[in-house]
Parts: sequence; C-alpha cells; structure tokens
Amino acid sequence: MAHQSLVLTMMKNDKGGTTLLSILLALIIIIPGLNLFVATDSIFHVSTYTLTLLGKYLCFALLAIALDLVWGYCGILSLGHGAFFALGGYAMGMYLMRQIGDRGVYGNPELPDFMVFLNWSELPWYWQGFDMFWFAMLMVVLVPGLLAFVFGWLAFRSRVTGVYLSIMTQALTYALLLAFFRNEMGFGGNNGLTDFKDILGFNLQAGSTRAVIFIASAVALALGYLLSRYIVTSKLGRVVIAVRDSEDRARFIGYKVESFKLWVFVVSAILAGIAGALYVPQVGIINPGEFSPLNSIELVVWVAVGGRATLYGAALGAVAVNYGKTYFTAVLPELWLFALGALFIVVTVFMPKGLVGLWQQFRKKQAKTSTPETSPDSARDSSRATNSIQQGDD
Amino acid sequence: MRNWLKKVAQYTVVSAAVLGFTASAQAADTIKVGVLHSLSGTMAISETTLKDTVLMMVEEQNKKGGLLGKKLEAVVVDPASNWPLFAEKTRELIEKEKVDVIFGCWTSVSRKSVLPVIEELNGLLFYPVQYEGEESSKNVFYTGAAPNQQAIPAVDYLMNEVGVKRWVLAGTDYVYPRTTNKILEAYLKAKGVAQKDIMINYTPFGHSDWQSIVSDIKKFGSAGKKTAVVSTINGDANVPFYKELGNQGISAENIPVVAFSVGEEELSGIDTKPLVGHLAAWNYFMSVDSKENAEFIKSWQAFIKDKKRVTNDPMEATVIGFNMWAKAVEKAKSTDTDKVEQAMIGIKVPNMTGGTAEMLPNHHLTKPVLIGEIQENGQFETVWQTEGTVPGDAWSDFLPGSKDVVSDWVKLKCGNYNTKTKKCSGQNFK
Amino acid sequence: MQRLLSIKYIILVSLLFISGFVVASEPGNTVSSDAVHAEGVPENNFENTIPLFTGKGFKKKTAAVETLVTVDDARVLSILQAMLTNKLYYVKSDKQVVFLEKQQENIKVTDVISNEILDITEKSKLKKISVNNKLRKLLRGYIATLRVKSQDDKVRAAAVQQVIKNMNETSYALLISLLETEKNESIVKDAQAGIALWDLSSGDKQKKLAAISTLTNSLLPEVKNKLESLALPDADGNYLEADELVRAKAKSALVKINDRIAYYGVLENIVFGLSLGSVLLLIAIGLAITFGVMGVINMAHGELMMIGAYTAYVVQQIMPNYIGASIFVAMPLAFIVAGAFGVAIERLVIRFMYGRPLETLLATFGISLILQQLVRVIFGPTNQAVVTPAFMSGSLEINPVFAITYNRLYIFAFSIMVLIALVLILKKTRLGLQVRAVSQNRNIAKAMGIRSEWVDALTFGLGAGIAGLAGVALSQLTNVGPNLGQAYIIDSFMVVVFGGVGNLWGTLVAAMSLGVINKFLEPWAGAVMAKILVLIFIILFIQKRPRGLFPQKGRAAES
Repeated sequence: MAHQSLVLTMMKNDKGGTTLLSILLALIIIIPGLNLFVATDSIFHVSTYTLTLLGKYLCFALLAIALDLVWGYCGILSLGHGAFFALGGYAMGMYLMRQIGDRGVYGNPELPDFMVFLNWSELPWYWQGFDMFWFAMLMVVLVPGLLAFVFGWLAFRSRVTGVYLSIMTQALTYALLLAFFRNEMGFGGNNGLTDFKDILGFNLQAGSTRAVIFIASAVALALGYLLSRYIVTSKLGRVVIAVRDSEDRARFIGYKVESFKLWVFVVSAILAGIAGALYVPQVGIINPGEFSPLNSIELVVWVAVGGRATLYGAALGAVAVNYGKTYFTAVLPELWLFALGALFIVVTVFMPKGLVGLWQQFRKKQAKTSTPETSPDSARDSSRATNSIQQGDD
Repeated sequence: MRNWLKKVAQYTVVSAAVLGFTASAQAADTIKVGVLHSLSGTMAISETTLKDTVLMMVEEQNKKGGLLGKKLEAVVVDPASNWPLFAEKTRELIEKEKVDVIFGCWTSVSRKSVLPVIEELNGLLFYPVQYEGEESSKNVFYTGAAPNQQAIPAVDYLMNEVGVKRWVLAGTDYVYPRTTNKILEAYLKAKGVAQKDIMINYTPFGHSDWQSIVSDIKKFGSAGKKTAVVSTINGDANVPFYKELGNQGISAENIPVVAFSVGEEELSGIDTKPLVGHLAAWNYFMSVDSKENAEFIKSWQAFIKDKKRVTNDPMEATVIGFNMWAKAVEKAKSTDTDKVEQAMIGIKVPNMTGGTAEMLPNHHLTKPVLIGEIQENGQFETVWQTEGTVPGDAWSDFLPGSKDVVSDWVKLKCGNYNTKTKKCSGQNFK
Repeated sequence: MQRLLSIKYIILVSLLFISGFVVASEPGNTVSSDAVHAEGVPENNFENTIPLFTGKGFKKKTAAVETLVTVDDARVLSILQAMLTNKLYYVKSDKQVVFLEKQQENIKVTDVISNEILDITEKSKLKKISVNNKLRKLLRGYIATLRVKSQDDKVRAAAVQQVIKNMNETSYALLISLLETEKNESIVKDAQAGIALWDLSSGDKQKKLAAISTLTNSLLPEVKNKLESLALPDADGNYLEADELVRAKAKSALVKINDRIAYYGVLENIVFGLSLGSVLLLIAIGLAITFGVMGVINMAHGELMMIGAYTAYVVQQIMPNYIGASIFVAMPLAFIVAGAFGVAIERLVIRFMYGRPLETLLATFGISLILQQLVRVIFGPTNQAVVTPAFMSGSLEINPVFAITYNRLYIFAFSIMVLIALVLILKKTRLGLQVRAVSQNRNIAKAMGIRSEWVDALTFGLGAGIAGLAGVALSQLTNVGPNLGQAYIIDSFMVVVFGGVGNLWGTLVAAMSLGVINKFLEPWAGAVMAKILVLIFIILFIQKRPRGLFPQKGRAAES
C-alpha cells in the first residue's frame, strides 16, 4: 500500500502524466479485446495491423521518454539513443532467433539460417545463452546499460559536454551501425534478424501472443514513465536539474556531477533497451538500420515536438510524429519529407516547448480571458523555466 | 482515485469510437494491386522506377478492360527504405486495403522483412530483382534472376571466351554479394582455379574512397595472368568505383569488370566514357532488338513523358510478373491467393528479348542470360548470350547448406525439401 | 634510304607476325584467311580493304583490321584510331565508310578514302562500326606498333610502353631498330627493358645475366613476373631456370625490386591518405565556419554540398561542349548558389536561435530533409551524370607501381587553396575581423558599431558557399544525387570536432591525419573496420582532449 501511495502522491501534481497513464490503461483494456473478441467485419474490430502499429508507437513513446530523461532533465543531448534501442532489440532478436530451432529454412537445430549459408560451423560465443529467456532479458538490460556506463564514465569524467558529447554519441551509433552491417560480426549483416516463430513457446503470429506483447508494451511504458517521474521528482532529480541548469555551480556546491549524470544516462539507456526489446517481436525484424544516426536525430525531434522536460510530452510527441508518418506516407508519399522538415523547423523556431507548451499557452489564454489577473508568481516561474531550458543547451 | 477511474472510462469510450471509425470496411468492386516500393530514402533511386512501371501496367490492363470484368486499382504506399516499415506496410496493404496482389521490394532485407507477414496473411508478392536465391516461399514469385541465371553464366563467359585466369570478387557487404561470391568461389574452385588466384573484397554501402582497393586490384592483375573483376558492388558505390578504375588506368581490355548490379538506369547517372567495354550480365538490355522490346520502350517513354528515360532488367521482370499474374487470374477466374498460386505455375508469357518466360514449380522463371559491353551512350551491346533460356534455381548447387535442397510447389508442395533427409523445413504448408 | 626501307620492312613483317599470332591464338577462327593470304595473293591496297569494315560480327571486323595493317599507307593509323574511339561509321545506304566528328550541334562526316566532306547531317543515316574488348586490345597493339616511329616524344613513349607489355620476336626487332635512333632517355630505358625482358627468355646465359642487371632498376610488373618465374620454383617445386647463377642473380634482383615496390607502397598509402584527407578537409571546412565560428550545428551542410554538385551538373547541361570550362564556371556559381541558400537559411531560421546550438541542429536537420526532397522533386530521385573533364582524368605516372590520379591531385590543391583563401578572408579582411569580433563577444562587437546580424548572415553564407565548392569537387568523385549530403555529414562533423572547434588549422591537421590513419588501417583491417576503428579512435581521443586537437583558448572557449 505504501507503494501505491507513493505513486499517488507523485502523480498528484502531474496532470499530463495522469492523462498518459489513463490512456494507457484504457488501451490495455479495450484494444486487445476489440482485436481478439470482436468479429472481423464489425466496425468495432481493431485489426492486427492497428494493434501492432499502436504497439510500435508505445515502444517509441518509451524510447522518447528515455531520451527526455537525459535531454530534458540532464541537458545531455544524446544523438545515439537509437543505439541502445537497437542493442536491446538485438538481444531480443537473438533470443527469438534461437527459438526458431530447426524450423529454419536449412533445418539446422543450432545455427540460425544466415550462419548456415555463410558456412559457419558453430555458434559464436556471444550467441551462447540466448536460448534462455531470462538470459536474453538480462542482456536486454545489461548490454545497453553497460555500454552507456562505459561511454558515460569516460565522457562525463573528462567533462565532454554539450555539442561535443552529442557528436560523440552520434559517432558511437555510427560506428555500431557500420559494425553490425559487417557479416563477419555474426548478427546477420544488413538483413539482420528476422523470420521469428515464437516467444516462450507461444506462436508470435497468434492473436493472443500479440495482445500480450501489446499489453506488455503499455505496461512497460507506464512503468517507465513512473520510474522517470520518480527520478526527476526525487532529490536525485533535483540535483540533476541543477546540473542541467548550471553544471559548474552544482559542482562547486559539492555534488559529484559526473556520478549523477552517469546514473541517469545508464537508466535512460536501459529504458531504451527495453523499448527495443518490445519493439522487435512486434515488427518482426531487427537490422542495423536501427543504428542509423538519422533515426536517433528523428527521435530527438519526437521529444522536441512533444515538449522537452515533460516526460509525457515526449510520449505524446513520439506518437504524434509517428502517426503523421504513417498517415502521410500512405496519403502523400512525396510530401512527407517536406512536412517532416517543416515540422522540425516550426517546432524549434516557434514552439520551443513543443505541443505541451502550446497546450499550456492555450490554457493560460483561456484562463486569462476568464480571470484577467494572473499571479505574478507563476509568470515569473514560467519565464525562469524557459530560461533554464535554454541555458541547459550549451 | 474514483476521478481517475472515471477518466479511464472516458478515454476508453472515446478511443473505441475513434478506432471504430477508422476501421471502416470497403467495397470490393475493383481488383486491388498493391505497390510496395520505396519512394523516399536511399532506395528511392532504384525503386521509384518500378512503382511507375506497375502503374503503367495497371493503366494498360485497364485499357484492355481490366481483369475478370473488374477494373484494376493500384494502391501505392511508401515504405521509405525503412525495413521494418516494409513489414508494416505489407500488413496495411493486405489487412486494411485488402489488396489481391503486391508488386514490390528491391533489397533482400526488405523481402526478408515482408516474408513473415505475407506468409501469415497468405498474400501474394511479386519480387522483380535479381537476388541471392536460397529462398522459395509459397507466397512469393521471384521474377528476377537467381545466381545461376546471372553470375555463373557471366563467369563462364569470362573463363571460356575471354580466357580469364585470375578473379577478383568485389562486392558490397550484404547478403546478395556474400552469397553470390560464395557460390562463385565454389564454382571457380570446382573449375580448377587456385585459391591464390581468387581475391575477395567487401566494402560498406555507399563506399566512396576506392583508391586503395582499385590499386590492390591493379596489383593483383599485374601477375601475368588475365584478370577480371566480378562486381556485386551495389548502387551508389559504383560511380566512384568506376571513376577510380578509369583514372588509375584500368581499362576494360586489361582488367574487365563484369557487374551484376549496374544497369541502364545506373549508367544514366554515370559519365560512361571511361567505362566503355566493361561488362554487365543481365537477362534484358534496353538495346535488345525485338518487337516486344520496341513496343515496351515506346509505351514506357510515353507513360513517363520523357523520351530519354531508359528501361532496365528489373522493369522487364516487373512487366513479366504482371503479365503472368494477369494471365493466371484469368486462368483461375479468381484472385484468391491459393488458386492464383497454382495457376501461375507453368504460365508462359513472352519476354522482351524475343523468347518466352515460364514460371517454374519453384516460383522462379526461365530466363536468357545476356552479357553486354557498356557503350559510350550508356547502353549495353550484347556480346554473348545463352542459347535458349536458363531455368532459375532457388537453391544453389554450389553451397554445402543448400545443394540437397529443392523447391517444388506442385508435387512436393514445399519450398525447401531436403532430398537427403526427405524433410520439408521452413515455411511448411499443409 | 636503305635503312629506312629496312625499318619499314621490319615493321611490316612484325605486323604480319603479330596479326598471325593473334589470329592463330584465337580458337576456331576461320575468317582469318584474308590476313594470312595477304602475303601471297596480289597485295591488298587501302581502297579495297576499307569495304571489309562494313562486315557484320566482330570476327569479320577483326579480319578487316588485320588485312588493313598489312597495307602500307599513311591513312591506316587514322582508321585504327577512329575505330578505337568510336568515330568510324558507314553510311547505311551505300556502305561507304566514313569518319564522324561531332561539332557542337552538328556532325561532320568525311569519307575515309577521299577525305571529302559528305553532305550528311543526320546521324541516323549512319551506322557505327562497333568494337568489343578483344578488338580494342588488337587495335591498341597495332596503333602502338605504328606509333613507335612517331615524331612526338610523348606518343612514342606511350607506344613503347604498350609494346613492351607483349614482347615477341618482332617487337624485339622493332625496339632494337628504335634504339639506333632514339635520343629520349626514358624511352631508351623502356626500350632496353623490353629488349632485356625478351633476352631473359633466350637460351644464352650471358645475355640473361646482362638482362637481369639491366632490369634490376625496372619496376614493370612484367619484369617482376618474369624474374619470379626464374627465381622461384613452380607449384611442383621445379625450377624453370636450370642455371643456378642466373637463378641467384634473379633472386637478388627480385629482392631489390620488391623492396622498392614496398617503399612505393608506403608512399602510395600516404598519398591516398592525403587525398582522402583533402576530401575530408573540403567537406569539413565550410562546417568549421558555421559550426566552429558561429556555433551553429548545421545538419544541412551536406545538402549545401549537394546543391553545389547539382550546380555543376546544371552548368554542364547548359554548356555540354565545353566540359573543361564548365568546371570553372561551376565553381563560382556553386559558391554563389549555395551561399545564397545559406544566407536565406540564416535569415529565415537560424537567426531565431542563436545561443541554442543544439536546437539549430534540429531545425537545420529539417532544412536538410526539405532540400533533399526538393532536389528529388526537381531532378528526380536518380543520380545525375557529371562528366569529368579531360584534364582531370587519368593519372600522373611516376613509375609503373606508383601513380597519382589527376582528379585527386587537383582536389588536393583545390582544398588547400580554399583553406588558404578562407584564412586570408578571416585574418586580413574587414569582414573577417568583424566575424571574429562577433564570434568572440557579440554584445561588445555590437557596441563597437558592427552590424552583427549582417555579419551573421554573411558568415553563414560564406560557410555555405564553401560547402557548395566542396560539392563541385565531390561531383568529380562520386554520385550526384539526393543522398550525396547524407553520405558525408557525419565525417565532416568528426573532422571539425577532432581538430578542435573554431580552429581552421586544427581542421586541416585533423582531416589529413584521419585520412592517412584510415588508409594505413585499410590494408589489414578492411575498409569497414578501418572506418570503425577511426571512429572509436576519435571517441577515445575526445575523452582525453575534450576540445579536440587544438582547443580554443580563453574566454570564448567557455561560452
């Protein structure tokens, strides 16, 4: 019960978060039900297409929250979060690959198909253990976490900050992209891992399995949100925000800035890894394209569109941009890039606080028209907030 | 807490209503043709042309009165060179748009991404690009070349007609070059070529700095034996590669390069002067002199409203695939996947090079193999071609993993049947 | 006179021999009777040989060529050359063989026999006498033999180099006769090498030993192969050469040659590295301004290069007959076009977000997407062909194992020139002073009366213009297509960060050293691994020196 009350107090002043969690709960209740139990020709039927699409959005939302945690609250603009996402995805993909067993095209019980046709005779050492679910799940957390730890430890200790750090994270994901493209690496090269059959013995193509993974994604998103929210509202979070606003000041006060940053960076990487692991069984493929630096930049845009340093805004941004993508690539394929490009510009130039900021402004205006007097306090607060976000950038 | 529950209920109702509207069903008075080619991103360069080809075919079919008395309707989506998106868009095409057939994919990875979805939903995909083989799905028809319809005849030509003794196998590091080179290596060794006379090199996608590699090729080629380069270098990397070859003075007479991924469309983006005499192996050249081809080029240039637009091999494969599908639908009197799939096998349509393409039980085509030399005007001049057509082989005889595997969707009803263990693995249709 | 005649005779015999040799070596060639019979039957003359060229199929054409070279006529060479360069045609109606020359929009058709200009204006009335690789090789061989006696040193040198690639008795005689008159040292050397190469195959031990000592200084691949066959046992462990002294001498010569080849191998790697470095420098230098001086992370930098490359393409489309000159038109134009785009981007977007560098990243990324799609809409998604001008193709051959390609040479010089020009602009001009002032302290610069907004726009335009120049250079190396920019953007950022933001010399050193490191890693790690290792190296290096090779010092560095 104590736990629940903690959650409740945490959510008390978090309208956006409450909304997010409510929507998630609603989704968990209705979507799988409508998919599984409503007849296909009914207008209330949710197609598997919609289900997997929504599931994908949920994973992206979790990824966006992970990025917002480091960017919005810690001032670390990571252009390499796609790498953690992809690593989590690969760990899951390796498990699913091992589950295929002798149902691959060559019928080899031990080796995945791509190894058979590269004439490999035995499983490389780093594929060992991935036939066990618990081990694979451990790796989903451990591999991105460890990479983030090593990278962060090196970078934060030597005070690589701002633009330099961003470019280095980009170099990191680019190097991984090139590495995973190599067939010698043993991760299937450009084709990546695909043709998955089942997970924990359940057929991946069965509706019920899909529903469970969908629910798992929604739950993971909710938990990820709660954890991030807990971090940013805790004492640690306040220190982290202080670091964002003025790293030197925080350091002079006596905080060990590096440790705080490192901690948040690692947590964020793990969240991204989990998002990747949930993403893979739903889309059915993981390949090096996920490491592409462009993906990571796009991810930053989701967060910016939704509203930086709001967490739920990041989730909103991820869903909004991806919905736009799905919609426009079907309706106006030629115009999609124009629209996306314009969105980037408009958001960064005119809406530095994203959709959430826009909504708040709108509400404030409404409030103004009803009660013309605004308290000077809140006005000052908001201006300070904007200011601090801007300072956090360099 | 109660407020919160109320909120959840509210959202539940609202979102259910919203979803209900989006999932409206549609009437089926047309036959829908899905087009799954990237229109943006890195692959747009190649795939946009194929989208236009399908649209042209649909238009022409409609002029002839459609199929089964219904008009055809093309549904174009853009998977944006993003591989997971290929799977998603396939699901969208089949589940939401309810298309009867899909023409699409270029890269192997996009096909691999689509494969589980198309098999799950029992759709139909026509794949028009030369590829590495090692696949035969009930739901896919492969109208491009298998390795034995491109790579092996090309090597035969070089070995027997040009007298090549030393081989450079250069490719981009992905599955098609890897497999092709594996097959070729085994094939060359079977023909008595020593390991030291084979040089294998892989480069990343879009590799642009070829100085060292071309210099290595030059050194490798100066050992006194006739040397040739078998290139499976993909797309964008070709231009800097050929430019470097030309500048380092490697001419087609000294070290000919035979390419499997350079066609008319790629050449139209290259200054071809230094390339004259280098070779390519395809199943179709725009320069081929035949009635069908002349008509095809004419209608294509009229459709695209550009008198200079070229045609290429994957376009021919798309057209053949489309014509076969149309014929099979007429034959089966239905667009049902299972019926069309069975009707497809044995269907014959004329190809553009004056012969006939037949769909084999392994879902691959019979194709002629042509070797052409690049001309200054960006076209190929055929210097050699197979007598008659070569049947496509899904499973290579030169790879240890697949030499016992056969595919037959008529008698065995299996895409990968192991003749030794008498077992059918992979996609297992009952 | 006597000697002249004998030389002529030797040439004739040699041609006959070569042709007979080539034909004989072709399996199943039955059409060759024409050439062989030429000795006995009434001699072919130029006029009655020419119609043979209209025959269909490469075998008939080969026969025609072989017959033609037996004819002693000054016009033979021009026919062979025209055929090699695809300028030999025949008129479809009466099978008259003609030269075709393109002149601007028109064509000039000349009869090959009478040299009269014919009144034909449509190319469709002509048919090209096409050649294939085999025929091309044959033609080159004949042309070289005919040119060995050319008056032009350069032509003669090239011809001799071609001839020594395929030594036989007749070319041996040809070279010996050449040596009697030849004055040019390098040609003499080549000819001697050719003669020595043939001597190695003789049975005479003394000749062989002398030949080996002549060849010790040669780097020709044929020499190395020949010596290897003498010095090393074959697959069965037997020696081709019976004499041990010859073997030992060949071995020691081989060691020397291999040493020199290894030395030039290292040199070549350095040159390749510097050349890659110059490309990196070009693509990074514009960024060094926008990013280094202004603090704007310009993700559209690659697309500005793309605009430059497309400008080069458009210029070539406008002036297709002056490819060489088009480059010099394209360069200033690309600078202006890309620069204008830069100024527009700065005025419309970037000026709203100074002091928020990370957000400029997002906005400029949006711009890059729009520019890419714009190009796709205007020019189509396919790559465009940009022709390499003649003076930029080919390579500067220093010796047979070491050559530098001209395009790389020019690009190297060009990148250095751009760098120097930029440094001069920043250090010596008023604009440069203002740019530095604004980048150091905007407010004080403003207080001193500098119009900082104007300076910002111009600085960004300058960086963009240089990106445009880089694009023109890239159009000579790689694809001109909508994806051009993306391929280079990460590399350019790596260079700037590695060199130290805001330091042009740092950018130079970074570009060159990354290029060289990459090229030295490539032979043993492979192209992909080399690139990965370089990236890891940069990541680790930045941990050690967070501000790059040459960090900015002072107060400006903190902001």
